[in-house]
Amino acid sequence: MTSAANQDLDALYQEIILDHYKNPHHKGLRDPFEAEVHHVNPTCGDEVTLRVHLTEGPEGTVVSDVSYDSVGCSISQASTSVLTDLVIGKSTDEAFEIHQTFLTLMQGKGTVEPDEDVLEDGIAFAGVAKFPARVKCALLSWMAFKDAAAQVLADPNASNPEESK
Amino acid sequence: MIEGLLPELEVIRKDFPILERTLAGGQPLVYLDSANTSQKPQCVIDAMVDHLERHNANVARAMHQLGAEASEAFEDARDKVASFIKAPSRDEVIFTKNASEALNLVANTLAWATGDLAIGPGDEVVITEMEHHSNIVPWQLLTERKGATLRWFGLTDDGRLDLSDLDRLINERTKVVSLTWVSNMLGTINPVAEIARRAHEVGAIVVVDAAQAAPQLPVDVTEVGADLLAFTGHKVVGPTGIGVLWGSRRVLEQLPPFLGGGEMIETVRMDRSTYAGIPHKFEAGTPPIAEAVGLGAAVDYLAAVGMEAVHAHEQAITGYALEGLATVPGLTVLGPQDAASRGGAISFEIDGVHPHDVAQVLDSRGIAVRAGHHCAKPAHARFGVQSSSRMSSYLYTTPAEIDALVEGLLYTRSYFKVG
Repeated sequence: MTSAANQDLDALYQEIILDHYKNPHHKGLRDPFEAEVHHVNPTCGDEVTLRVHLTEGPEGTVVSDVSYDSVGCSISQASTSVLTDLVIGKSTDEAFEIHQTFLTLMQGKGTVEPDEDVLEDGIAFAGVAKFPARVKCALLSWMAFKDAAAQVLADPNASNPEESK
Repeated sequence: MIEGLLPELEVIRKDFPILERTLAGGQPLVYLDSANTSQKPQCVIDAMVDHLERHNANVARAMHQLGAEASEAFEDARDKVASFIKAPSRDEVIFTKNASEALNLVANTLAWATGDLAIGPGDEVVITEMEHHSNIVPWQLLTERKGATLRWFGLTDDGRLDLSDLDRLINERTKVVSLTWVSNMLGTINPVAEIARRAHEVGAIVVVDAAQAAPQLPVDVTEVGADLLAFTGHKVVGPTGIGVLWGSRRVLEQLPPFLGGGEMIETVRMDRSTYAGIPHKFEAGTPPIAEAVGLGAAVDYLAAVGMEAVHAHEQAITGYALEGLATVPGLTVLGPQDAASRGGAISFEIDGVHPHDVAQVLDSRGIAVRAGHHCAKPAHARFGVQSSSRMSSYLYTTPAEIDALVEGLLYTRSYFKVG
């Protein structure tokens, strides 16, 4: 194999990504939660069921937990793991800012310089942005998180898990 | 030398210009995604370019020399396709956009049919668990709309149709049996003629999805027992944008029109219209003309190579690939394990590496395969897998390309540090 092709592959599959893939953080569905969503990538069949648990603190609404069950490729699984590391314990405002930063990185076609202070392990996904077919893999759980969190915020009374979707 | 390979394989490869290109990093292309779409020989490309450069006009409505040439080229393509599938009559060959549209044409017009073909509550449509989504969803839509019942053949553990309750599944309530001839995921070649016999005993019509069969098996629509048969141009070395629905005159004449518009009419008044005879009754609007010309050249090309020889080549490559894949630790092939009962698509899983990641590493080595559910989610669900990797060969595939695949898969395992 030529080194050029190998470099691209190594840029995509950073060690950090492979580590998260093999040992995903916060995996599994947990109670309590206020919203549960199920997102699918119809082109490849990757799926994630994701729950968010938000609580009201003195500084506003806080992401107390994000739990999930998922099937998919290394990129989608590692991205979910990194997402939970980044948003659990943050305020929803901060979480949405991190979401936006990650989205900008993923949609930048490899031209965006990642900010390690904001994205931490998430900077490992910078190489994914150069592979258009894989961007959706990286974004699957991030979109699910935004959807679930937005559902709770839109309906502050959604405290009964049975009634939430 | 592997028995059954096309003797002039190197000559055939030269007919396909794309096979000479290189990919990122100077990697030569190893194209193992022909069940997805096949590559095109120079003669198909030339036929389309020549048509557009020299003979372009609308068909069947232009009263000038170019119009006559275009119409002749378009109708010549119909003759070539009729001959390729041994259709009893050229009028039974309808050009569609693709196989999906052909199957939807059938399911939709059956929803509007009256008389013998009408479908209503209590009636049953039978499909199989190994269908492509294109041969599932149209029948779900039909049965939901008409209050009919959808039933299906299950699969055995080795990826064949479970025919143990054939006589119960296909019964006097059955109006339509629609099934794939060759599975795009499992590779299985189904005993269509046997199932068609049972369907005809109870008066049902038989719809055959030949999207994967037409590229690699000699097709005789009568012998296989089809009343309707669909395939697409781009998998038989032709262009995208054109597909074929063949139907027996008896059934096609009973079915009502599909799309309304130009070309499909006999006469139009403001209060009502009468319709053209087959095939034009089902070909509203300006058809894909250059694409039809390309498809005609494509089936001529395959006929010249000989479909028996193409089939033998596919079986030889498939057998060689099954042997090679068996040497990759942790690799499981889905579907029948013997080359004789399967087509040239092999789906597989590798323990510990997701199909997307398999395809990505292979792609970095210039090897093109498909990863995902291959538009056959129920078949994947049947085997408890979410997705798979699929290699698919064609008449231009060489044993060396299979070697490259096997080597690439071993590299993939080491890259992801499994085993």
